[in-house]
Amino acid sequence: MKAKTADKLATSIIVAVAAFIVLILAGLLGYILFRGLGHISFDFLTSAPETIRKGGGIGPQLFNSIFLLVLTMIITIPIGLGAGIYMSEYAPPNRITNSIRLIVEVLSSVPSIIVGLFGLLILVNMFGLGFSLFSGALALTVFNLPLMVRITEQALKGVPREQKEASLALGLSKWKTITSVMLPIALPVILTGTILAAGRVFGEAAALLFTAGMSSPRLDFTDWNPFSPFSPLNPFRPAETLAVHIWKINSEGLAPDAAQIAAGASAVLVITVLLFNFAARWLGRYMHRKFTAIK
Amino acid sequence: MQPIAMSAKDLSVSYGDSPAVRKVSLDFAAKQVTALIGPSGCGKSTFLRSLNRMNDLIPNCVVTGEIWIRDQDVNSPSTDVVSLRQKIGMVWQRPNPFHKSIYENIAFGPRYHGVKNKKKLDEIVEESLKKAALWEETKDRLHNSALALSGGQQQRLCIARSIAVKPELILMDEPASALDPVSTSKIEELIAELKQDYCIVIVTHNMHQAARVSDKTAFFLNGEVVEHDLTHNIFTNPQKPATNDYITGRFG
Repeated sequence: MKAKTADKLATSIIVAVAAFIVLILAGLLGYILFRGLGHISFDFLTSAPETIRKGGGIGPQLFNSIFLLVLTMIITIPIGLGAGIYMSEYAPPNRITNSIRLIVEVLSSVPSIIVGLFGLLILVNMFGLGFSLFSGALALTVFNLPLMVRITEQALKGVPREQKEASLALGLSKWKTITSVMLPIALPVILTGTILAAGRVFGEAAALLFTAGMSSPRLDFTDWNPFSPFSPLNPFRPAETLAVHIWKINSEGLAPDAAQIAAGASAVLVITVLLFNFAARWLGRYMHRKFTAIK
Repeated sequence: MQPIAMSAKDLSVSYGDSPAVRKVSLDFAAKQVTALIGPSGCGKSTFLRSLNRMNDLIPNCVVTGEIWIRDQDVNSPSTDVVSLRQKIGMVWQRPNPFHKSIYENIAFGPRYHGVKNKKKLDEIVEESLKKAALWEETKDRLHNSALALSGGQQQRLCIARSIAVKPELILMDEPASALDPVSTSKIEELIAELKQDYCIVIVTHNMHQAARVSDKTAFFLNGEVVEHDLTHNIFTNPQKPATNDYITGRFG
Protein backbone atom coordinates (compact mmCIF):
# COMPACT_ATOMS: atom_id res chain seq x y z
CA MET A 1 0.00 0.00 0.00
CA LYS A 2 2.79 2.35 0.92
CA ALA A 3 4.69 1.67 -2.30
CA LYS A 4 1.53 2.36 -4.22
CA THR A 5 1.05 5.73 -2.52
CA ALA A 6 4.65 6.68 -3.17
CA ASP A 7 4.23 5.72 -6.79
CA LYS A 8 1.13 7.85 -7.13
CA LEU A 9 2.77 10.76 -5.40
CA ALA A 10 5.87 10.57 -7.61
CA THR A 11 3.74 10.34 -10.72
CA SER A 12 1.69 13.38 -9.83
CA ILE A 13 4.79 15.43 -8.96
CA ILE A 14 6.41 14.53 -12.28
CA VAL A 15 3.23 15.38 -14.18
CA ALA A 16 2.96 18.68 -12.32
CA VAL A 17 6.57 19.61 -13.13
CA ALA A 18 6.09 18.71 -16.79
CA ALA A 19 2.87 20.70 -16.95
CA PHE A 20 4.60 23.67 -15.35
CA ILE A 21 7.38 23.62 -17.93
CA VAL A 22 4.94 23.28 -20.82
CA LEU A 23 2.88 26.11 -19.39
CA ILE A 24 5.86 28.46 -19.14
CA LEU A 25 6.93 27.62 -22.68
CA ALA A 26 3.45 27.96 -24.08
CA GLY A 27 2.94 31.21 -22.21
CA LEU A 28 6.22 32.66 -23.44
CA LEU A 29 5.58 31.61 -26.98
CA GLY A 30 1.99 32.77 -26.89
CA TYR A 31 2.98 36.16 -25.50
CA ILE A 32 5.69 36.71 -28.12
CA LEU A 33 3.44 35.65 -30.96
CA PHE A 34 0.43 37.55 -29.60
CA ARG A 35 2.41 40.77 -29.35
CA GLY A 36 4.31 40.38 -32.59
CA LEU A 37 2.10 38.60 -35.10
CA GLY A 38 -0.07 41.65 -35.73
CA HIS A 39 2.95 43.62 -36.83
CA ILE A 40 4.22 41.13 -39.38
CA SER A 41 3.45 41.95 -42.96
CA PHE A 42 5.16 41.44 -46.26
CA ASP A 43 6.30 45.04 -46.13
CA PHE A 44 7.72 44.59 -42.63
CA LEU A 45 9.69 41.52 -43.73
CA THR A 46 11.20 43.16 -46.80
CA SER A 47 11.70 46.88 -46.16
CA ALA A 48 14.73 48.52 -44.56
CA PRO A 49 14.60 49.83 -40.98
CA GLU A 50 14.05 53.49 -40.19
CA THR A 51 16.06 55.28 -37.52
CA ILE A 52 13.68 57.97 -36.35
CA ARG A 53 10.54 57.59 -38.41
CA LYS A 54 7.71 55.13 -38.10
CA GLY A 55 7.17 52.14 -40.33
CA GLY A 56 10.63 50.58 -40.63
CA GLY A 57 11.07 46.93 -41.53
CA ILE A 58 13.58 44.17 -40.89
CA GLY A 59 14.39 43.13 -44.46
CA PRO A 60 18.19 43.47 -44.36
CA GLN A 61 18.39 41.95 -40.87
CA LEU A 62 16.41 38.93 -41.94
CA PHE A 63 18.59 38.54 -44.98
CA ASN A 64 21.75 38.97 -42.86
CA SER A 65 20.63 36.29 -40.42
CA ILE A 66 19.99 33.80 -43.19
CA PHE A 67 23.16 34.65 -45.06
CA LEU A 68 25.24 34.44 -41.91
CA LEU A 69 23.72 31.06 -41.18
CA VAL A 70 24.62 29.83 -44.64
CA LEU A 71 28.20 31.11 -44.28
CA THR A 72 28.54 29.48 -40.86
CA MET A 73 27.25 26.20 -42.22
CA ILE A 74 29.64 26.32 -45.16
CA ILE A 75 32.49 26.58 -42.68
CA THR A 76 31.19 24.17 -40.04
CA ILE A 77 29.74 21.28 -41.98
CA PRO A 78 32.92 20.09 -43.74
CA ILE A 79 35.15 20.60 -40.70
CA GLY A 80 32.59 19.15 -38.31
CA LEU A 81 31.94 16.12 -40.47
CA GLY A 82 35.64 15.51 -40.91
CA ALA A 83 36.39 15.84 -37.21
CA GLY A 84 33.37 13.71 -36.29
CA ILE A 85 34.44 10.96 -38.66
CA TYR A 86 37.94 11.11 -37.23
CA MET A 87 36.71 10.94 -33.65
CA SER A 88 34.38 8.06 -34.33
CA GLU A 89 36.37 5.92 -36.74
CA TYR A 90 40.04 6.82 -36.72
CA ALA A 91 40.99 8.21 -33.32
CA PRO A 92 42.65 5.52 -31.21
CA PRO A 93 40.96 5.04 -27.83
CA ASN A 94 43.58 6.75 -25.69
CA ARG A 95 44.20 9.72 -23.46
CA ILE A 96 44.76 12.17 -26.30
CA THR A 97 41.44 11.32 -27.92
CA ASN A 98 39.67 11.69 -24.62
CA SER A 99 41.22 15.08 -24.03
CA ILE A 100 40.20 16.20 -27.52
CA ARG A 101 36.68 15.12 -26.69
CA LEU A 102 36.81 17.07 -23.44
CA ILE A 103 38.08 20.19 -25.18
CA VAL A 104 35.28 19.95 -27.72
CA GLU A 105 32.74 19.70 -24.90
CA VAL A 106 34.22 22.70 -23.13
CA LEU A 107 34.26 24.71 -26.33
CA SER A 108 30.54 24.25 -26.75
CA SER A 109 29.82 25.62 -23.31
CA VAL A 110 31.90 28.80 -23.47
CA PRO A 111 29.57 31.76 -22.79
CA SER A 112 28.69 33.43 -26.06
CA ILE A 113 29.68 36.93 -24.97
CA ILE A 114 33.19 35.60 -24.31
CA VAL A 115 33.29 34.16 -27.80
CA GLY A 116 32.14 37.54 -29.09
CA LEU A 117 34.90 39.42 -27.27
CA PHE A 118 37.45 36.84 -28.31
CA GLY A 119 36.27 37.33 -31.88
CA LEU A 120 36.65 41.08 -31.51
CA LEU A 121 40.23 40.69 -30.30
CA ILE A 122 41.43 38.01 -32.67
CA LEU A 123 39.30 38.15 -35.79
CA VAL A 124 38.18 41.75 -35.99
CA ASN A 125 41.34 43.44 -34.75
CA MET A 126 44.29 41.10 -34.95
CA PHE A 127 43.44 39.53 -38.29
CA GLY A 128 41.88 42.79 -39.46
CA LEU A 129 38.70 41.21 -40.70
CA GLY A 130 36.72 44.12 -39.25
CA PHE A 131 33.07 43.93 -38.29
CA SER A 132 32.00 41.59 -40.99
CA LEU A 133 29.82 38.63 -41.81
CA PHE A 134 32.96 36.57 -42.09
CA SER A 135 34.09 37.41 -38.56
CA GLY A 136 30.57 36.65 -37.35
CA ALA A 137 30.51 33.33 -39.15
CA LEU A 138 33.85 32.34 -37.63
CA ALA A 139 32.64 33.29 -34.15
CA LEU A 140 29.49 31.23 -34.63
CA THR A 141 31.63 28.37 -35.85
CA VAL A 142 33.10 28.22 -32.35
CA PHE A 143 29.69 27.12 -31.00
CA ASN A 144 28.54 25.22 -33.95
CA LEU A 145 31.63 23.14 -34.57
CA PRO A 146 31.55 21.21 -31.27
CA LEU A 147 27.88 20.40 -31.84
CA MET A 148 28.60 19.27 -35.36
CA VAL A 149 31.51 17.07 -34.24
CA ARG A 150 29.50 15.48 -31.48
CA ILE A 151 26.47 14.91 -33.68
CA THR A 152 28.56 13.26 -36.38
CA GLU A 153 30.52 11.14 -33.94
CA GLN A 154 27.43 9.88 -32.17
CA ALA A 155 25.52 9.28 -35.38
CA LEU A 156 28.38 7.14 -36.72
CA LYS A 157 28.76 5.30 -33.43
CA GLY A 158 25.05 4.50 -33.68
CA VAL A 159 25.49 2.64 -36.95
CA PRO A 160 25.13 -1.10 -36.24
CA ARG A 161 28.51 -2.81 -36.14
CA GLU A 162 27.33 -5.53 -38.51
CA GLN A 163 26.78 -2.96 -41.24
CA LYS A 164 30.35 -1.79 -40.99
CA GLU A 165 31.69 -5.34 -40.80
CA ALA A 166 29.61 -6.44 -43.78
CA SER A 167 31.19 -3.77 -45.91
CA LEU A 168 34.73 -4.45 -44.69
CA ALA A 169 34.25 -8.18 -45.20
CA LEU A 170 33.42 -7.55 -48.85
CA GLY A 171 36.90 -6.12 -49.18
CA LEU A 172 35.93 -2.47 -49.16
CA SER A 173 38.33 0.07 -47.78
CA LYS A 174 37.62 1.82 -44.54
CA TRP A 175 37.00 5.13 -46.26
CA LYS A 176 34.57 3.61 -48.76
CA THR A 177 32.81 1.84 -45.90
CA ILE A 178 32.40 5.12 -44.05
CA THR A 179 31.19 7.12 -47.03
CA SER A 180 28.99 4.56 -48.75
CA VAL A 181 27.61 2.45 -45.94
CA MET A 182 27.88 4.27 -42.63
CA LEU A 183 27.22 7.89 -43.56
CA PRO A 184 23.96 7.13 -45.41
CA ILE A 185 22.69 5.34 -42.31
CA ALA A 186 23.88 8.11 -40.03
CA LEU A 187 22.62 10.88 -42.29
CA PRO A 188 19.12 11.35 -40.82
CA VAL A 189 20.62 11.85 -37.36
CA ILE A 190 23.34 14.15 -38.66
CA LEU A 191 20.86 16.20 -40.64
CA THR A 192 18.43 16.57 -37.76
CA GLY A 193 21.25 17.62 -35.46
CA THR A 194 22.60 20.09 -37.99
CA ILE A 195 19.25 21.79 -38.40
CA LEU A 196 18.79 22.05 -34.65
CA ALA A 197 22.27 23.55 -34.36
CA ALA A 198 21.32 25.96 -37.12
CA GLY A 199 18.37 27.10 -35.05
CA ARG A 200 20.71 28.03 -32.26
CA VAL A 201 22.99 29.96 -34.60
CA PHE A 202 20.03 31.81 -36.01
CA GLY A 203 19.03 33.16 -32.62
CA GLU A 204 22.51 34.01 -31.40
CA ALA A 205 23.14 37.66 -30.54
CA ALA A 206 25.86 38.14 -27.94
CA ALA A 207 28.65 36.59 -29.99
CA LEU A 208 27.74 38.73 -32.96
CA LEU A 209 27.61 42.17 -31.30
CA PHE A 210 31.35 42.62 -31.66
CA THR A 211 32.04 40.43 -34.66
CA ALA A 212 29.36 40.86 -37.30
CA GLY A 213 28.66 44.29 -35.90
CA MET A 214 25.56 46.26 -35.01
CA SER A 215 24.94 48.03 -38.28
CA SER A 216 24.37 47.25 -41.90
CA PRO A 217 25.41 49.37 -44.84
CA ARG A 218 22.57 50.49 -47.08
CA LEU A 219 22.22 47.30 -49.02
CA ASP A 220 21.52 47.43 -52.70
CA PHE A 221 19.48 44.33 -53.44
CA THR A 222 20.05 44.74 -57.15
CA ASP A 223 23.81 44.42 -56.79
CA TRP A 224 24.76 40.74 -56.49
CA ASN A 225 28.49 41.12 -57.05
CA PRO A 226 29.97 39.71 -53.83
CA PHE A 227 32.91 42.13 -54.00
CA SER A 228 30.89 45.31 -54.09
CA PRO A 229 30.66 46.96 -50.64
CA PHE A 230 26.89 47.47 -50.89
CA SER A 231 26.12 44.03 -52.23
CA PRO A 232 24.12 41.84 -49.85
CA LEU A 233 26.39 38.95 -50.78
CA ASN A 234 29.64 40.61 -49.75
CA PRO A 235 30.90 38.51 -46.81
CA PHE A 236 33.28 41.23 -45.65
CA ARG A 237 30.65 43.84 -44.91
CA PRO A 238 29.23 44.46 -41.44
CA ALA A 239 25.89 42.85 -40.90
CA GLU A 240 23.37 43.31 -38.13
CA THR A 241 21.32 40.15 -37.70
CA LEU A 242 17.74 39.86 -36.57
CA ALA A 243 18.63 38.90 -33.01
CA VAL A 244 21.11 41.75 -32.70
CA HIS A 245 18.56 44.12 -34.19
CA ILE A 246 16.01 43.17 -31.56
CA TRP A 247 18.53 43.83 -28.85
CA LYS A 248 19.53 47.16 -30.39
CA ILE A 249 16.12 48.70 -30.95
CA ASN A 250 15.01 47.54 -27.55
CA SER A 251 17.92 49.28 -25.85
CA GLU A 252 18.47 52.32 -28.03
CA GLY A 253 15.78 52.43 -30.69
CA LEU A 254 14.66 55.96 -31.57
CA ALA A 255 11.79 55.15 -33.89
CA PRO A 256 8.39 55.82 -32.32
CA ASP A 257 7.25 52.29 -33.12
CA ALA A 258 10.43 50.64 -31.81
CA ALA A 259 8.50 48.47 -29.36
CA GLN A 260 6.23 47.10 -32.07
CA ILE A 261 9.18 46.48 -34.39
CA ALA A 262 11.00 44.60 -31.64
CA ALA A 263 7.86 42.56 -30.97
CA GLY A 264 7.37 41.78 -34.64
CA ALA A 265 11.02 40.90 -35.12
CA SER A 266 10.94 38.64 -32.06
CA ALA A 267 7.93 36.83 -33.44
CA VAL A 268 9.69 36.35 -36.77
CA LEU A 269 12.75 35.00 -34.97
CA VAL A 270 10.75 32.59 -32.84
CA ILE A 271 8.72 31.39 -35.80
CA THR A 272 11.87 30.79 -37.81
CA VAL A 273 13.52 28.80 -35.03
CA LEU A 274 10.32 26.79 -34.60
CA LEU A 275 10.30 26.12 -38.32
CA PHE A 276 13.87 24.84 -38.05
CA ASN A 277 12.82 22.46 -35.31
CA PHE A 278 9.79 21.16 -37.15
CA ALA A 279 11.80 20.82 -40.35
CA ALA A 280 14.42 18.81 -38.46
CA ARG A 281 11.83 16.46 -37.01
CA TRP A 282 10.00 16.03 -40.25
CA LEU A 283 13.16 15.48 -42.27
CA GLY A 284 14.57 13.06 -39.72
CA ARG A 285 11.41 11.01 -39.74
CA TYR A 286 11.11 11.17 -43.52
CA MET A 287 14.67 10.00 -44.07
CA HIS A 288 14.42 7.32 -41.43
CA ARG A 289 11.39 5.98 -43.24
CA LYS A 290 13.05 6.27 -46.59
CA PHE A 291 16.20 4.42 -45.55
CA THR A 292 14.80 1.70 -43.35
CA ALA A 293 11.58 1.49 -45.05
CA ILE A 294 9.30 -0.90 -46.66
CA LYS A 295 8.78 1.19 -49.79
CA MET B 1 40.96 -35.54 -50.79
CA GLN B 2 40.49 -31.87 -51.60
CA PRO B 3 43.38 -29.41 -51.42
CA ILE B 4 43.62 -27.23 -48.34
CA ALA B 5 41.96 -23.83 -48.86
CA MET B 6 42.92 -22.32 -45.56
CA SER B 7 44.76 -23.40 -42.48
CA ALA B 8 45.37 -22.04 -39.03
CA LYS B 9 48.49 -22.94 -37.08
CA ASP B 10 48.74 -22.37 -33.34
CA LEU B 11 46.25 -19.56 -33.52
CA SER B 12 45.65 -17.79 -30.22
CA VAL B 13 43.33 -14.86 -29.64
CA SER B 14 42.89 -12.89 -26.47
CA TYR B 15 40.87 -9.88 -25.44
CA GLY B 16 43.15 -7.88 -23.20
CA ASP B 17 44.32 -10.40 -20.63
CA SER B 18 41.66 -13.02 -21.12
CA PRO B 19 42.43 -15.64 -23.73
CA ALA B 20 39.55 -16.68 -25.97
CA VAL B 21 41.28 -19.06 -28.36
CA ARG B 22 44.35 -21.08 -27.38
CA LYS B 23 46.74 -22.52 -29.94
CA VAL B 24 44.17 -23.81 -32.37
CA SER B 25 45.39 -25.56 -35.51
CA LEU B 26 42.80 -26.44 -38.12
CA ASP B 27 42.83 -27.12 -41.86
CA PHE B 28 39.91 -26.33 -44.10
CA ALA B 29 39.70 -28.23 -47.36
CA ALA B 30 38.35 -26.68 -50.53
CA LYS B 31 34.78 -27.61 -51.49
CA GLN B 32 34.06 -28.88 -48.03
CA VAL B 33 31.94 -27.63 -45.17
CA THR B 34 33.55 -27.54 -41.77
CA ALA B 35 31.29 -26.98 -38.78
CA LEU B 36 32.62 -25.42 -35.60
CA ILE B 37 30.54 -26.49 -32.64
CA GLY B 38 30.83 -25.97 -28.91
CA PRO B 39 29.12 -24.26 -25.99
CA SER B 40 28.71 -20.46 -25.85
CA GLY B 41 31.93 -18.65 -25.08
CA CYS B 42 34.14 -21.50 -26.26
CA GLY B 43 35.91 -19.27 -28.76
CA LYS B 44 34.50 -20.62 -32.01
CA SER B 45 33.10 -17.29 -33.20
CA THR B 46 36.26 -15.49 -32.16
CA PHE B 47 38.27 -18.04 -34.11
CA LEU B 48 36.05 -17.57 -37.15
CA ARG B 49 36.35 -13.79 -36.98
CA SER B 50 40.13 -14.07 -36.88
CA LEU B 51 40.19 -15.82 -40.23
CA ASN B 52 39.34 -12.64 -42.15
CA ARG B 53 40.86 -10.37 -39.54
CA MET B 54 37.51 -8.98 -38.45
CA ASN B 55 38.94 -8.90 -34.97
CA ASP B 56 41.17 -6.03 -36.07
CA LEU B 57 38.13 -3.85 -35.38
CA ILE B 58 38.05 -4.79 -31.73
CA PRO B 59 40.42 -2.75 -29.60
CA ASN B 60 42.91 -4.71 -27.49
CA CYS B 61 42.17 -7.95 -29.29
CA VAL B 62 45.49 -9.72 -29.80
CA VAL B 63 45.91 -12.46 -32.39
CA THR B 64 49.03 -14.61 -32.54
CA GLY B 65 49.86 -17.62 -34.66
CA GLU B 66 49.55 -18.20 -38.35
CA ILE B 67 46.71 -18.36 -40.80
CA TRP B 68 47.50 -19.37 -44.35
CA ILE B 69 45.32 -18.92 -47.35
CA ARG B 70 47.26 -20.60 -50.15
CA ASP B 71 50.73 -19.10 -49.73
CA GLN B 72 49.58 -15.89 -48.12
CA ASP B 73 50.06 -15.28 -44.42
CA VAL B 74 46.84 -13.62 -43.25
CA ASN B 75 48.32 -12.17 -40.09
CA SER B 76 51.45 -10.78 -41.68
CA PRO B 77 51.67 -7.00 -41.32
CA SER B 78 52.38 -6.70 -45.02
CA THR B 79 49.12 -8.41 -45.97
CA ASP B 80 46.66 -6.13 -47.70
CA VAL B 81 43.60 -6.68 -45.50
CA VAL B 82 41.26 -5.16 -48.04
CA SER B 83 42.15 -7.58 -50.83
CA LEU B 84 42.40 -10.43 -48.35
CA ARG B 85 38.83 -9.88 -47.22
CA GLN B 86 37.63 -9.95 -50.78
CA LYS B 87 38.75 -13.58 -50.93
CA ILE B 88 36.82 -14.46 -47.79
CA GLY B 89 33.07 -14.00 -47.70
CA MET B 90 31.28 -13.65 -44.41
CA VAL B 91 27.71 -14.17 -43.25
CA TRP B 92 26.51 -13.05 -39.82
CA GLN B 93 24.03 -14.38 -37.34
CA ARG B 94 21.56 -11.59 -37.86
CA PRO B 95 20.93 -10.77 -41.52
CA ASN B 96 22.60 -7.43 -42.17
CA PRO B 97 21.79 -6.26 -45.68
CA PHE B 98 22.89 -2.74 -46.48
CA HIS B 99 20.21 -0.09 -46.30
CA LYS B 100 20.07 -0.07 -50.07
CA SER B 101 18.09 -1.74 -52.84
CA ILE B 102 18.39 -5.47 -53.48
CA TYR B 103 20.35 -4.75 -56.64
CA GLU B 104 22.71 -2.32 -54.92
CA ASN B 105 23.37 -4.73 -52.07
CA ILE B 106 24.95 -7.11 -54.54
CA ALA B 107 26.42 -4.70 -57.08
CA PHE B 108 28.10 -2.65 -54.36
CA GLY B 109 31.09 -4.95 -53.82
CA PRO B 110 31.87 -5.83 -57.47
CA ARG B 111 31.53 -2.20 -58.53
CA TYR B 112 34.07 -1.18 -55.93
CA HIS B 113 36.39 -3.90 -57.12
CA GLY B 114 36.34 -2.49 -60.61
CA VAL B 115 33.31 -3.80 -62.49
CA LYS B 116 31.84 -0.64 -63.98
CA ASN B 117 30.01 -2.06 -66.97
CA LYS B 118 26.27 -1.99 -66.29
CA LYS B 119 25.56 -5.15 -68.26
CA LYS B 120 28.30 -7.04 -66.48
CA LEU B 121 26.96 -5.87 -63.12
CA ASP B 122 23.47 -6.99 -64.10
CA GLU B 123 24.90 -10.40 -64.89
CA ILE B 124 26.71 -10.61 -61.57
CA VAL B 125 23.56 -9.63 -59.68
CA GLU B 126 21.48 -12.23 -61.51
CA GLU B 127 24.07 -14.95 -61.15
CA SER B 128 24.64 -14.27 -57.44
CA LEU B 129 20.92 -14.19 -56.69
CA LYS B 130 20.43 -17.43 -58.61
CA LYS B 131 23.22 -19.10 -56.71
CA ALA B 132 21.64 -17.93 -53.46
CA ALA B 133 18.23 -19.26 -54.60
CA LEU B 134 16.72 -15.81 -54.35
CA TRP B 135 16.39 -14.81 -58.00
CA GLU B 136 12.84 -16.03 -58.57
CA GLU B 137 11.55 -14.17 -55.53
CA THR B 138 13.28 -10.89 -56.24
CA LYS B 139 13.74 -10.51 -59.99
CA ASP B 140 10.70 -8.24 -60.31
CA ARG B 141 11.69 -5.92 -57.47
CA LEU B 142 15.44 -5.64 -57.67
CA HIS B 143 15.29 -1.93 -57.00
CA ASN B 144 13.15 -2.13 -53.89
CA SER B 145 14.71 -1.78 -50.48
CA ALA B 146 16.43 -4.92 -49.25
CA LEU B 147 14.99 -4.26 -45.81
CA ALA B 148 11.52 -5.11 -47.09
CA LEU B 149 12.56 -8.75 -47.55
CA SER B 150 11.80 -11.36 -44.91
CA GLY B 151 14.54 -12.43 -42.51
CA GLY B 152 15.29 -15.62 -44.45
CA GLN B 153 15.37 -13.76 -47.75
CA GLN B 154 17.65 -11.13 -46.23
CA GLN B 155 20.04 -13.84 -45.10
CA ARG B 156 20.13 -15.37 -48.58
CA LEU B 157 20.70 -11.88 -49.95
CA CYS B 158 23.68 -11.55 -47.61
CA ILE B 159 25.04 -14.81 -48.96
CA ALA B 160 24.47 -13.59 -52.53
CA ARG B 161 26.25 -10.38 -51.62
CA SER B 162 29.29 -12.21 -50.35
CA ILE B 163 29.58 -14.53 -53.36
CA ALA B 164 29.23 -11.57 -55.76
CA VAL B 165 32.85 -10.58 -55.08
CA LYS B 166 33.99 -14.11 -55.95
CA PRO B 167 35.53 -15.24 -52.67
CA GLU B 168 37.41 -18.49 -52.24
CA LEU B 169 35.83 -19.35 -48.95
CA ILE B 170 32.81 -18.29 -46.94
CA LEU B 171 32.66 -17.90 -43.20
CA MET B 172 29.24 -18.25 -41.59
CA ASP B 173 28.61 -17.28 -38.01
CA GLU B 174 25.42 -19.08 -36.96
CA PRO B 175 23.74 -18.10 -40.22
CA ALA B 176 20.39 -19.67 -39.44
CA SER B 177 20.00 -19.17 -35.71
CA ALA B 178 17.81 -16.08 -36.14
CA LEU B 179 15.55 -17.71 -38.74
CA ASP B 180 12.42 -19.81 -38.75
CA PRO B 181 12.61 -23.56 -39.63
CA VAL B 182 11.58 -23.13 -43.28
CA SER B 183 14.15 -20.42 -43.89
CA THR B 184 16.70 -22.47 -42.00
CA SER B 185 16.24 -25.47 -44.26
CA LYS B 186 16.57 -23.20 -47.29
CA ILE B 187 19.87 -21.90 -45.96
CA GLU B 188 21.04 -25.45 -45.36
CA GLU B 189 20.13 -26.48 -48.91
CA LEU B 190 22.00 -23.44 -50.09
CA ILE B 191 25.10 -24.43 -48.13
CA ALA B 192 25.01 -27.86 -49.76
CA GLU B 193 24.87 -26.14 -53.17
CA LEU B 194 27.61 -23.62 -52.44
CA LYS B 195 29.94 -26.33 -51.22
CA GLN B 196 30.50 -27.35 -54.83
CA ASP B 197 32.40 -24.12 -55.41
CA TYR B 198 33.56 -22.85 -52.05
CA CYS B 199 35.20 -23.86 -48.86
CA ILE B 200 32.70 -23.10 -46.11
CA VAL B 201 33.35 -22.71 -42.40
CA ILE B 202 30.20 -22.53 -40.33
CA VAL B 203 29.74 -21.86 -36.66
CA THR B 204 26.57 -23.39 -35.32
CA HIS B 205 24.85 -24.11 -32.06
CA ASN B 206 22.51 -26.52 -33.72
CA MET B 207 24.04 -29.96 -33.67
CA HIS B 208 21.53 -31.39 -36.08
CA GLN B 209 22.49 -28.67 -38.46
CA ALA B 210 26.17 -29.46 -38.09
CA ALA B 211 25.40 -33.12 -38.73
CA ARG B 212 23.29 -32.29 -41.77
CA VAL B 213 25.44 -29.77 -43.59
CA SER B 214 29.05 -30.39 -42.73
CA ASP B 215 31.72 -32.78 -43.93
CA LYS B 216 34.02 -32.20 -41.01
CA THR B 217 33.35 -30.95 -37.52
CA ALA B 218 35.60 -29.34 -34.96
CA PHE B 219 34.48 -29.34 -31.35
CA PHE B 220 35.64 -26.30 -29.37
CA LEU B 221 35.81 -26.13 -25.61
CA ASN B 222 37.39 -23.36 -23.52
CA GLY B 223 39.21 -21.95 -26.51
CA GLU B 224 40.73 -25.23 -27.60
CA VAL B 225 39.83 -27.74 -30.25
CA VAL B 226 39.00 -30.94 -28.41
CA GLU B 227 38.31 -33.00 -31.45
CA HIS B 228 38.40 -32.46 -35.20
CA ASP B 229 37.27 -35.22 -37.50
CA LEU B 230 34.81 -36.22 -40.17
CA THR B 231 31.34 -35.13 -39.07
CA HIS B 232 30.13 -38.69 -39.29
CA ASN B 233 32.80 -39.85 -36.85
CA ILE B 234 32.21 -37.00 -34.43
CA PHE B 235 28.51 -37.72 -34.16
CA THR B 236 28.61 -41.50 -34.18
CA ASN B 237 31.88 -42.34 -32.60
CA PRO B 238 33.52 -39.44 -30.74
CA GLN B 239 36.95 -40.20 -29.38
CA LYS B 240 36.93 -37.81 -26.44
CA PRO B 241 34.50 -38.00 -23.53
CA ALA B 242 33.89 -34.23 -23.61
CA THR B 243 32.76 -34.42 -27.22
CA ASN B 244 30.45 -37.24 -26.36
CA ASP B 245 29.00 -35.29 -23.44
CA TYR B 246 28.39 -32.26 -25.62
CA ILE B 247 26.75 -33.96 -28.55
CA THR B 248 24.54 -36.02 -26.32
CA GLY B 249 23.42 -32.81 -24.65
CA ARG B 250 24.92 -33.37 -21.25
CA PHE B 251 26.18 -29.76 -21.15
CA GLY B 252 26.37 -26.65 -23.32
